[in-house]
Amino acid sequence: MEQQLASILDKYQHNPLRLMDILIDIQESAGYISEEAVGYIAPELNISRADVEQTRSFYHFFSKKPTGKYSIFLNTSVTAYMMRRNAVARTFEQEAGIPFNSVTRDGLIGLFDTSCIGMSDQEPAAIINGKIFPNLTPFRVKELIRDIRAGKSMEELVVEGYGDGENSNEDIRAVVNNNIRKIGPVLDPRYKPGEVIWDILPKLTPEQVIEEVKNSNIRGRGGAGFPTGMKWELCRKAKADEKYIICNADEGEPGTFKDRVILTERPKLLLEGMVIAAYATGATRGILYVRHEYKYLKTYLENLIQGAHERNLMGNDIAGIKGFNFDVRIQFGAGSYVCGEESALIESAEGKRGEPRDKPPFPVESGYLGKPTVVNNVETFCSAVKVLLNGGEWYRSFGTEDSTGTKVLSISGDCRYPGIYEVEWGFSVNDICEMAGAEDIQGVQVGGPSGSLVGPGDFDRTLCFADLSTGGSLIMFNYSRDLLQDVVLNFTNFFIEESCGSCSTCRIMPVLLRDKLKKILDARGVKKDMDDILAWAEVLKASRCGLGQTASNPIISSIRNFKHLYEQKIRRGTEYDTGFDLNMAMQDGMAATGRFPVTQS
Amino acid sequence: MSKQITFTIDGETCKAEEGTYILDAARKNNKYIPTLCNLEGIPPKGACRMCTVKINGKLVTSCTTRVTDGMQIESEDPGLDDLRKSILEMLFVEGNHLCPSCEKSGSCELQALAYRYRMTVPRYPFFFPRRNIDSTHPKIIKDHNRCILCKRCIRAIKDQNGKSIFAFLNRGHHTKIYVDPDLADKLTDELADRAVEICPVGAIMKRGDGFKDPIGERKYDKQPIGSELEQQL
Ligand SMILES: Cc1cc2nc3c(=O)[nH]c(=O)nc-3n(C[C@H](O)[C@H](O)[C@H](O)COP(=O)(O)O)c2cc1C
Ligand code: SF4
Ligand code: SF4
Repeated sequence: MEQQLASILDKYQHNPLRLMDILIDIQESAGYISEEAVGYIAPELNISRADVEQTRSFYHFFSKKPTGKYSIFLNTSVTAYMMRRNAVARTFEQEAGIPFNSVTRDGLIGLFDTSCIGMSDQEPAAIINGKIFPNLTPFRVKELIRDIRAGKSMEELVVEGYGDGENSNEDIRAVVNNNIRKIGPVLDPRYKPGEVIWDILPKLTPEQVIEEVKNSNIRGRGGAGFPTGMKWELCRKAKADEKYIICNADEGEPGTFKDRVILTERPKLLLEGMVIAAYATGATRGILYVRHEYKYLKTYLENLIQGAHERNLMGNDIAGIKGFNFDVRIQFGAGSYVCGEESALIESAEGKRGEPRDKPPFPVESGYLGKPTVVNNVETFCSAVKVLLNGGEWYRSFGTEDSTGTKVLSISGDCRYPGIYEVEWGFSVNDICEMAGAEDIQGVQVGGPSGSLVGPGDFDRTLCFADLSTGGSLIMFNYSRDLLQDVVLNFTNFFIEESCGSCSTCRIMPVLLRDKLKKILDARGVKKDMDDILAWAEVLKASRCGLGQTASNPIISSIRNFKHLYEQKIRRGTEYDTGFDLNMAMQDGMAATGRFPVTQS
Repeated sequence: MSKQITFTIDGETCKAEEGTYILDAARKNNKYIPTLCNLEGIPPKGACRMCTVKINGKLVTSCTTRVTDGMQIESEDPGLDDLRKSILEMLFVEGNHLCPSCEKSGSCELQALAYRYRMTVPRYPFFFPRRNIDSTHPKIIKDHNRCILCKRCIRAIKDQNGKSIFAFLNRGHHTKIYVDPDLADKLTDELADRAVEICPVGAIMKRGDGFKDPIGERKYDKQPIGSELEQQL
């Protein structure tokens, strides 16, 4: 063991800032991170055991106990349940002979739950030793467990053939499908890699690049919609010896999978966008932060970065521009939604727990290692390349006044054609339903759990920053779904599991709200419970980051837009209840003494 | 010395050096803003959210936000008072706070703030979590039942090489304080005393040492929390 640990430490130069990579490598090679391993690496990194433990214990994919020779992580997202996850999970348990969150006695198979893995259009999906297995059925599960027991290799477990497009590339070989159903500027296959860097950048000053991006009015695609040109300008103006460009490919919002498709099909466009941002801001280093669930893209992405170096699109004096140096490294996450929040992402890239920082200062002033840092979403970088290629004015010809350009949408749920659609901003929810072949729709979750659940009365509302702002996740639900039980409760549990735990409000209130919701779902609720939920949720506004601030959105937006569903569940004629049932509380005592209250008949 | 600036808290004019955190600036102007996680002299971390104030209608934590010239801060209005009371109630239901049997009673900041905000019984149901008392360390006893996860111990207590002794373990509502067993073994009496002192509640206690000040004669038995500033007015 020590030899292996020593070589992992050497690989990262005993640098505590690379603790994430070190723990990922240990987890992968040993199947878990033991007490002994923690005890060994802490002094080698010159940090305390506590420092290692706080990072190790934060991430879902780090385990203190062995996770099995084949560790199976089955997705718990809403869409997985809609596509019969329960049957798949039951079959896994029966065939493996163990319940979830345990490992078979022979150490062969481990079964675990995991939050949305970015495969909502091909659920139920599981990750087995880093490989994705989508579209699972009980039949397929039986095959998998049989083959695992027969000692087949990971390669041999694949029987479905590799997916479309680059998913079949020899550096990827994934069963995953892109399901691209509508292309636009970002997904346009006629893209010529490196064109902007070679032909356009050398003719422009960094200020002119920023001017063009500002002229396009493009706003961030990660959800918050901050103007990208302004972000780059703030970073350009910040004084520092070193600056960073970070691409946010954490894509944790349940129902979102468009960044996975861009990483698979247009990774060169993304890298080109990062190089342009580096030129504009004066940054010399970049980090591509990719969620752990997409680790199967590692070799592919690393080779592309290598290729960019060989073609002088990265490295020193890029495209012959004297003194323009820029290099990108990949940082993988380890299973944490909040790491998509930009400052948490930076903490994580520094090897720490993914706890968001107090703001201000914002990353453009003080980001990675305290240096000015631009964090942008995958799609933002891609769009910026097209802005420079065709001009800001051209870009503004797409979309609406305040939301220019296109948005790559991830559509899933009850529709005939789930997948990726690049559309102009300004489509209504109705348009989207028609486009994806969704009929008889009871509600649409716009923007994932942190967005809102809208009903038919709001289907004429449009997707844009001024109305329904979204990072691109749209999940459709038809009338066969129990929105409160299957959707609202699932999303609330998601926030509870993914809170970093640092703010009192976000750590405690979602649990209280979930318990209230459960009470209503159990038909024990009264009208006051709904009023309490609305009043109590207010404290979440005082949370540090977007996770806590939006953690009550599923409950609150469903109370607003689907009030009738709650009213059907609550007890009528009872305004208030004490939460205490005397008969229930006395039951044990009554049974023991054999004495029962006299009831009037 | 840096520039003096003027700002207001609840309409009253205050002065401070530019760049001061609002909470500290308020203190200098004899204005009390409640907090459970802030500690003078150590880097702030907006964890408890008690010091939340309103600026231009936006909620910000006063321990992490710096005052600027002309800033108008609202700190005491019915909405903010209820927010703070809610937070206190949430902290009470999250852990197991049995004041009558707690060594810290009377010098506990959580208890003192509950009195200040006239909390009688929390509006939320109690979690009654099962938590343990960790008495494996030679100098301190860590009672997880009382911990409010304010992170003071994490930020303020470091060994002579600057290494962390306390840390957060897990995340979300599973979060708890981890005590580094190796470093806790080497903890000096001085550092252990300091840890007990800075813990706002009774979650860190000194081993073999208790009830030095009799109940009834402790800090907040004598004067309510915040009054040391407010009496100056
Ligand atoms: C809890 C939380 C999760 C987030 N997850 C992501 C994410 O997965 N991807 C992303 O691009 N932005 C995410 N964001 C938004 C980022 O903080 C940040 O605004 C964004 O990366 C900036 O890039 P943009 O300006 O290009 O949108 C998240 C924010 C919060 C609060
Ligand atoms: S709001 Fe929640 S996730 Fe965000 S910093 Fe606070 S505790 Fe962490
Ligand atoms: S032990 Fe005390 S100081 Fe440390 S986090 Fe808990 S309450 Fe705060």
